[in-house]
Amino acid sequence: MKLIFEQSAAGRGTAYLPEIDVPQTAPDFKGRETPLRLPELSEIQVDRHYTALAKETRGVNGGFYPLGSCTMKYNPALLEDAAAQPGFRDVHPLQPDAAAQGCLEVMRKAEAYLAEITGMDAVTLQPAAGAHGEFTGLLLIKAYHRARGDGERTKILVPDSAHGTNPASAAMAGFEVVNIPSDGKGYVDLQALKAAVGPDTAGLMLTNPNTVGLFDPNIAEITKAVHEAGGLNYYDGANLNAIMGIVRPGDMGFDVVHVNLHKTFATPHGGGGPGSGPVGCKDFLRGFLPGIRIAEEDGMLRRKEAEARIGDVRSFGSNFLVAVKALTYMMILGREGIPETAAGAVLNANYLMHRVKDLYPMAFDETCMHEFVMTLEALKEETGVSALDLAKALIDHGIHPPTMYFPLIVHEALMVEPTETEPRETLDQAADTFRAVMEAARQHPEEAHLAPLTTRVSRPDEVKAARKPVIRYDFDHPMD
Amino acid sequence: MHFPKELKYTKTHEWIRFTEENKAYIGITDFAQDQLGDLVFVNLPEEGDALTAGESFADVESVKAVSDVNSPVTGTVLQVNEALQDAPEKMNEAPYEAWFVLAGDITDTEELMDAEAYEAYAASEG
Repeated sequence: MKLIFEQSAAGRGTAYLPEIDVPQTAPDFKGRETPLRLPELSEIQVDRHYTALAKETRGVNGGFYPLGSCTMKYNPALLEDAAAQPGFRDVHPLQPDAAAQGCLEVMRKAEAYLAEITGMDAVTLQPAAGAHGEFTGLLLIKAYHRARGDGERTKILVPDSAHGTNPASAAMAGFEVVNIPSDGKGYVDLQALKAAVGPDTAGLMLTNPNTVGLFDPNIAEITKAVHEAGGLNYYDGANLNAIMGIVRPGDMGFDVVHVNLHKTFATPHGGGGPGSGPVGCKDFLRGFLPGIRIAEEDGMLRRKEAEARIGDVRSFGSNFLVAVKALTYMMILGREGIPETAAGAVLNANYLMHRVKDLYPMAFDETCMHEFVMTLEALKEETGVSALDLAKALIDHGIHPPTMYFPLIVHEALMVEPTETEPRETLDQAADTFRAVMEAARQHPEEAHLAPLTTRVSRPDEVKAARKPVIRYDFDHPMD
Repeated sequence: MHFPKELKYTKTHEWIRFTEENKAYIGITDFAQDQLGDLVFVNLPEEGDALTAGESFADVESVKAVSDVNSPVTGTVLQVNEALQDAPEKMNEAPYEAWFVLAGDITDTEELMDAEAYEAYAASEG
């Protein structure tokens, strides 16, 4: 496929605007000395180029996408309809409150529903992604300790099974990270936790269900141990889809949470974004919240700021249209549908797990929540075929690979999260494919290293792509 | 998994082999490569760089994660095993041949374990 720059021909550009026929203002304005080297193509060339690119992409719309921990659920089309309403689509953040009452009402409702689901008292929609939410939540914890005049709490405890973003966010927020080991079943090692908490503990970051897809049965004792030491509990909402409407982080003893609207609340991931990672907190942290606080005065909704706010974590209120989509999703599901969704996610994961577990050893062989982790250590030792090889082989069968090599505590890990949006037929087909791929790997291990065979590029050099990415067209040295 | 008797080991899973002229080869242990999984990249220092005992001097990337490699000694990098950069899988296949650097001018050393002590330590970590 040619790059758009390589298709460019001088003078072919499509000009819809007439030549300027009024005097130019701002005579002192120093513009560019050379014009931008934009590619010049006819409209149909541009359309075909991006259509071709779109065909190369892989989405939930293209097939089964069991990327563990990412909750790649289907995004209902109705959400796009809601976000495309002109009143939402065309609003500007600098419009006066009086001209944005409907939008403020959407934000207030979305905040209230998210607070209800997470068991929190207040929510900010400002953070623009999950990790951004973690960072924001940690700043709340920092502000809380600082406001009490306690400068000794410099440490954030993170279990060794955590998402990599947890220690990274803690470091970004200026904390020292203390690793807490997990026990033989993937749960937080209570003894190790109790030994680690103390007067220097600012807080604990925890995902529950945890990253091996199990609900930690000691959760109340864990959060209590941190509270008794004077720390706060942060809930990483990455796995909220398994429990929403059934059990609330706020009732488990958490003080701050973030939720990933693009996971649990069916808004688009990545390219379809932008993202959104709202943060909720208990009442005693409300005053520190960033972003806009919405209050009703004389029958009108007004944008306010919290009195002891930590400062904005981005410009303006939120990625508003994502909030519109998430609110629509919550309203479609309602009080009954939200727990049913969680139950469906857990049922689907357990169904698929049981259909493959005689061939794929489970890292922790028990009833899982919304996802399960398999370990292919034995396969690797016996045949040389790795988790990576099997993941690549699945591509040839139309399945997006599961998450690989995560969590770090499991060797040769493949993590599968089917989500509640898949029908049983898809799960059966996927199970058959997983089984066929494993049998083929055992019979012809040498061929397993060659997959995928059906893609334009088989195995890109991932190290080089990450360390020396080519992300800018070089006019002087065009690629061949 | 094996731990040659003639080597010394650190708590952060590096091995060190002292030569007669107070120089030392440094690499990562069999246990380290097993824990990390397939190694795909190594970031090495340059000749002449200073090494500080207990501090990172290189990093390795596996299919799982990027990890620091700490120096067991304070000294200077005399030689770098450039061949490792083109064949990072050598760290998996033959961890005790896949040395990272040859260190010299050694003035200080981390607390080191012999093979037996390290084997017991690695077993408790695994």
